[in-house]
Amino acid sequence: MTGRYAIRFAALGYIGGLLLAPLSYVFYKTFRHGFWPAWHAVTTPDALHALKVTLILAGIAVPANTIFGVMAALAIVRYRFPGAGVFNAVVDLPLALSPVVVGLALLLLYGRGGWLGGHGVAFALPGMVLATIFVSLPFVVREVVPVLREIGTEQEQAASTLGANAWQTFWRVTWPAIRWATAYGVVLTTARALGEFGAVSVISGRLAGQTESLTLYVQDRYQSFDEVGAYASAVVLALIAVTTLLLMTALKPKEETR
Amino acid sequence: MAARAEALPAPKARRWAAPGLVVGLSTLYLSVIVLLPLAALAWHAHGWDAIATRQAVAALELTLTVSLVVALVNAFAGTAIAWALVRDRFVGQNFLNALVDLPFALPTIVAGLVLLTLYRDLAFTRWAILVALLFVTFPFVVRTVQPVLLELDTEMEDAAVSLGASSFATFRRVILPNVLPAILSGVALAFARAIGEFGAVVLISGNLPFKTEVLSVYIFGRIESGDPGGAAAASVAILGISFAVLLAIGGLRRLATRHDR
Repeated sequence: MTGRYAIRFAALGYIGGLLLAPLSYVFYKTFRHGFWPAWHAVTTPDALHALKVTLILAGIAVPANTIFGVMAALAIVRYRFPGAGVFNAVVDLPLALSPVVVGLALLLLYGRGGWLGGHGVAFALPGMVLATIFVSLPFVVREVVPVLREIGTEQEQAASTLGANAWQTFWRVTWPAIRWATAYGVVLTTARALGEFGAVSVISGRLAGQTESLTLYVQDRYQSFDEVGAYASAVVLALIAVTTLLLMTALKPKEETR
Repeated sequence: MAARAEALPAPKARRWAAPGLVVGLSTLYLSVIVLLPLAALAWHAHGWDAIATRQAVAALELTLTVSLVVALVNAFAGTAIAWALVRDRFVGQNFLNALVDLPFALPTIVAGLVLLTLYRDLAFTRWAILVALLFVTFPFVVRTVQPVLLELDTEMEDAAVSLGASSFATFRRVILPNVLPAILSGVALAFARAIGEFGAVVLISGNLPFKTEVLSVYIFGRIESGDPGGAAAASVAILGISFAVLLAIGGLRRLATRHDR
């Protein structure tokens, strides 16, 4: 029995020191001087613009990757096609790739002297969108694939024998089974898209008030010795993270008890 | 009824058009978003002497060493925490379970910033890099081991205990063989993530060449100083490692599923 307690308290201590302490500290540090200094710090024009950029990035990347994610999961699980193994590996690639490398790859493709250079992609919003899509690409696929495998094809075959076309089969049979997994994937995608730093850092050029997302703004403020600004914008991101956590927790049981 | 009548003579051609469309569109998307930039990266990778410099080698060595330590710590801590979350019962367990995903949800730059101020004494040392990487890789092993433990029947363990096995023997002989593929798979994911991490490390490490400069930060420095060719060469090195790790994960997954059936 002592072993059980030892593991319990070791686990609690590890989580407390590594996860809980930092999370509470960021709130403490921001609101140490009250609410209003922090509020003013996140409502400066540059901060608001950074928030807007971040929301635009997520607003494009999340829907794009959701549609792709469901289609790719269908392709991986339901259809046999040449190169399926490579397809599967490439989908996972963004998870194992350093964000800096992603940013560099985009810079070399769309930057000066690149194959597709000179179209205003690098050091501008389109490049940042592409970077965000790249890094947040695998999540919906990875959540939907196991569910598709598990539900099997019997119901879909039944639907199609009864005369449903591919579209009807998808909407009436497949989609209801995978929608919670998709929702969970969307939450993960959103979290990744909002928090991306390395890739957008390289491709954006970090022009304050123009191509600065909220994560870049945090670093910018910190390096300009504006602690209040850095922590206040970090809290905005942390609040989004906590909301994400709550959503993840709310969606997960449905996925597990299906 | 009208819809049914319309759907009945569904021509074979249309039913086959769907797979083609789904596979084609998603392959196109994947190629444009992922493969095309990576092809450009490989194409522009020149100045291989950039990765043969002492600074680059030192960065690679540091990255690999710290990532290995991170992987090892995660193997133990992650398994213990998964066990505590599944087999133990205590107040606040659900809260703790939700908290595990925090590193996935919290932007890495925020994590780096907070760890920097919280563990100020460690700042600009290798220990700081270790802590930052432990933070961002925290969920991987927990989340791969947890579902396996959940599905594992306690009957086998009860049987082992009733036959007089100590709790350590029960763990080693009964639980470990079942969860090992999951642990390894989680460790590989954590290792891959640690190799490439940038946001959490960039503030806290201080980026002192030969001391606390990891490979991703080195690559960033090459880009900033106008040497994209050298940066690309170092990236191809990091990419090779990442791909090897991915292949290893694939192998482990196959091993794990063979274990199941």
